[in-house]
Amino acid sequence: MGGKGRGIAAFTFNIESLGLTRGSMPETQRGPTPLFPQIEYKPGPLKAGEDEDYMRALKQEMRGRMKDLPFNIKPHAGKGDVEKYKEKYTREIKRIEDDIWTPDWNRLPKELKPQKKTIRRKMDTKKNAKISSKDKEELLSKLDQLEKKGDVKSDEEDEAKGEKKEVDEEGEEEEIEGEQLDEELEEENDYIASYFEDGDDYGGGSDDNMDEATY
Amino acid sequence: MTAQEVRLCGLLLQEHFGNVVEKVGTHLIRSGVLNLRALAHETKLPLDLVKKSLCVLVQHGMCTFGAGRRGPAGPVEYRINCEHVFHMLRYPRYIYTAKSLYGDTGELIVEEILQRGQMTMSSTVKTVADRLTHNMPEGQSMDYSEVVSVFSQLVETHFLQRCPPLASAGSSSSGAVDTPLPVATQPTEPENHPDCYKLPYINLTGQLLQSKHSSHTKKLFSGQPLCGDDGIYWQVNFQRFHLHFRDQAIISAVSCKLDQSSSEIVRTMLRMSEVTTPAHAAFTQALSANEIFRALLSSYNIARPILDQYLSLLVDDPMEFVGKTGDSGGGMYVVNLHRALANLARATLESVVQERFGSRSARIFRLLLRKRHLEQKQVEDFAMIPAKEAKDMLYKLLSENLVQLQEIPKTPDYAPSRTFYLYTVNQLPTARLLLQNCYKTVGNLIERRLYETKENKRLLEKSQRIEAILASLQATGAEAAQLTEVEEMITVPERQQLESLRHHINKLDSSENQVDETIFLLKSYINSTQASH
Repeated sequence: MGGKGRGIAAFTFNIESLGLTRGSMPETQRGPTPLFPQIEYKPGPLKAGEDEDYMRALKQEMRGRMKDLPFNIKPHAGKGDVEKYKEKYTREIKRIEDDIWTPDWNRLPKELKPQKKTIRRKMDTKKNAKISSKDKEELLSKLDQLEKKGDVKSDEEDEAKGEKKEVDEEGEEEEIEGEQLDEELEEENDYIASYFEDGDDYGGGSDDNMDEATY
Repeated sequence: MTAQEVRLCGLLLQEHFGNVVEKVGTHLIRSGVLNLRALAHETKLPLDLVKKSLCVLVQHGMCTFGAGRRGPAGPVEYRINCEHVFHMLRYPRYIYTAKSLYGDTGELIVEEILQRGQMTMSSTVKTVADRLTHNMPEGQSMDYSEVVSVFSQLVETHFLQRCPPLASAGSSSSGAVDTPLPVATQPTEPENHPDCYKLPYINLTGQLLQSKHSSHTKKLFSGQPLCGDDGIYWQVNFQRFHLHFRDQAIISAVSCKLDQSSSEIVRTMLRMSEVTTPAHAAFTQALSANEIFRALLSSYNIARPILDQYLSLLVDDPMEFVGKTGDSGGGMYVVNLHRALANLARATLESVVQERFGSRSARIFRLLLRKRHLEQKQVEDFAMIPAKEAKDMLYKLLSENLVQLQEIPKTPDYAPSRTFYLYTVNQLPTARLLLQNCYKTVGNLIERRLYETKENKRLLEKSQRIEAILASLQATGAEAAQLTEVEEMITVPERQQLESLRHHINKLDSSENQVDETIFLLKSYINSTQASH
């Protein structure tokens, strides 16, 4: 553009107002600054004293302690069949606390509570031990009755789903969280999940006004 | 939230609560507010883990929840309180302060409550008594009443406060607060609750008998007999601790600048106005010289005329810690809190420039702070530095963004030959810049520490195993020969490596603590400027 030629720095304003002269321009940058630049002035030493040592010890202790508290949530690890022998002793030495931490549910929103579904599951497994084929027949007859009443769709769904759940849970041995259980069941059913609004009151919602048709 | 703040939050959460909570927390910080389903979906973690993480975060006061944008009928929304996460850096300082004020009992109480987020009074007292008894010699045991009295002292001086109550949460209603709040909840001020500092009546049976062989089991919330204070949870009142730290900073600044006696006077003034001054006040309540004299401890041995001299000295000092607001009662004096904080922040900035760029650059920086806007030529003249070097230093400061260029046009077309270019320093933005640098520093320190630990993981595990073996051998009464044999399993170079590792980690930890002090100072200054607006 302007200026005397290529390569020679030319400015649109009088440089001297900034206090620069031609010769005193700082060097142009040849790339990004280095990641670990040379520092001319070494940093001062850390404060050293009893207080600082004590606080540092506190910090390290707390760090170690927090790892053992039940607040430290670990991702789902595949559980081995048999608890390793040394596990018992490492737990004792490290004083790892069991995951028995139940917060006060009055202070948390209900949706964070995982117990609802597992309790229901437990109750069902108990029932299962007693459910015999007789009960199933009772259920089926009940279904027939309801069919006759005409209140077919929704109740059948609920009942059938409930029955299926009980039947399926018989087979389950491992403790799986209620949520995963749900999803498994939904896959096994013929019912398409998208029609079922999985709200907080699962299974108890009123289905009387369902607009979407189910097949 | 700036990138550095998010990074630091993530590192702190990971260190204390593990990777799962870190993922949940970081994602929630980045997204602002989310409900449970969205959070689970976006983090791709199993729902139960997300639920547990949220429980942990709420328990520690780092996450708040409330009615979402769709009102009480919609799903509950969660948000993270970043400031609270940063407080985790300062836990050792809180605990140490409690120790210096209330002894070992106070230290343990605060430590327990910090580790568990919220606790009832009865469980705190029990756990602390347990721990104290554990450390006592045989036969002695800790009385519950002593622990209770220290607890009450902590509550009276407002270091502990009750957690704000929640309306019993319906399934989809917010964990709502007692006063109706607008959607996208604001955190309840725990101070709004009238019973904030009221101690509940608890019924704990007398003493704890020490039994030698009892395994140390800690019962948390489950399985405890009712002690009459169910549902009343206590948390640490961080704001009160921060006020205490601020007072400490002011007192130590005065003692550095003037002398010990004047710092004692300021300490007395601050102590007298502890309860009467609200948290964000710019000045303490006015105190008359007569009151101050009466309140001075006799151990300081300051006579009345000397006190007056000291007070006038403090008032005349350019740091403006103390101001005179009237003449009644021998002179009415206040401590200028906000101004003191601003001066402390300014001193921090100047010191940073000095340590990084040298004393002459620091001179230029101080000059610009005081004189506001200066031209290039004026800078050279006032700072008495030759032109070339002054230019160099200015450009360096400019490139680091510590100094800004202000253009003042003579003509409306901003023609460069006809505009003034003035260098200037603004204290508040520079303080914010340094604060971000501090966050980045702490993040780097933590990462370096994690790296060092990871590099030497094998060695650390080996040494831990050997320590465990040694401990068990000693417990079963082995001979010295066996012990030395086990000890020799770690070779000498390995020992040296371990030693140097320990040294490095200690250094990194201390550095974190000290950078946190700077963070506290800068943050207090920035908050004080916001409060006054």
